[in-house]
Amino acid sequence: MPVALSMTLIVMPALNEEETVGAVVAETLRELPGVSCLVVDDGSTDRTAEIARAAGALVARAPYNLGVGGAMRVGFRYARDHGYRAVVQVDSDGQHDPASVPTLLALLDDADVVIGARFAGVGDYRVTGPRWWAMRVLSAFLSAFTGTRLTDTTSGLRATGPRALTLFAQHYPAEYLGDTIESLVIAHRAGCRIAQVPVAMRPRAGGTASHNPVKSAVYLGRAVVALIFALVGAPRSVAADRLEPKAAP
Amino acid sequence: MNPVTYALGIAAASLTLVVVAEMLRRRKLRERHAVWWVLAGIVALAIAVFPGLLTAASNLLGVEVPSNLVFFASIAVLFLVCIQHSAELTSVESRMRNVAEHAALLELRVHELEQRSSSGDAS
Repeated sequence: MPVALSMTLIVMPALNEEETVGAVVAETLRELPGVSCLVVDDGSTDRTAEIARAAGALVARAPYNLGVGGAMRVGFRYARDHGYRAVVQVDSDGQHDPASVPTLLALLDDADVVIGARFAGVGDYRVTGPRWWAMRVLSAFLSAFTGTRLTDTTSGLRATGPRALTLFAQHYPAEYLGDTIESLVIAHRAGCRIAQVPVAMRPRAGGTASHNPVKSAVYLGRAVVALIFALVGAPRSVAADRLEPKAAP
Repeated sequence: MNPVTYALGIAAASLTLVVVAEMLRRRKLRERHAVWWVLAGIVALAIAVFPGLLTAASNLLGVEVPSNLVFFASIAVLFLVCIQHSAELTSVESRMRNVAEHAALLELRVHELEQRSSSGDAS
């Protein structure tokens, strides 16, 4: 049985997304009846929080920019404290189609983390040049490490089941690229199963991916460093967390 | 040794100790951070008053130029203090991040409770 939509929390990290967040929240709530949607406003200076709330989302506002990792940990903690069974991370810029969420949830029966992969044959999302190579190298390594074929480890569309959710509420990494790469390493080392499912992406509403070779090299370098630290780091266990609020009665 | 140089050494070491002591007294420096500076200041003062100590230590360790021993020890202390500071900064950052996440969740909860209580008043 897949996790019911009423037990699923959609988490959207958002930084200055006032132009898109309203429509994305509205579409998500329309496409996925019964689902809860939490927008984590990651230190925006515009009206992101206000618009998201008006569109029907729960909104948690970070007092300063925490990065995607920190924003997601807020989401995982909220989900854990309120008894949700699954968390699905969706970008607030509209590049993910909410209609693909049930596909991800269906796979949570057999896996603890499901990645919505962009290059796995569905859709026409393309990245070319050095950045593509950087992503390929990372994916190849993480595939070998986790023993599952992963083609898009930096995707921001992923579903997390109950087991990984508890782990991530405590140990979701907040460092640069930690949310994509290190989180997979942490999950795998804690015994979670990782899977991927092909999804179609829409073009980004604003901005284009970088094709600058220097930037791509820096990106790959930082990713490799992040990966090394993730691999040599102490394995995380599920330990008592002192800063926990009691769930509302 | 030139008496001016001798006095300069003592003055510099004393100044360091006085500054550290005063900052501790004003609670601008915690003891755990001050301990290195107090130790370094005391050693510097001892050497300034009794330069023979430095010569003896250099001979003992086989350092030919005594001032090189001073440079070596100073750099080693500064290096270790820097590492300690980096480590503390890391832990402070991670605590701050925890508090920020906690604050975000509490604000959301306050918002939910406010809405619940206002809708309760209306009915």
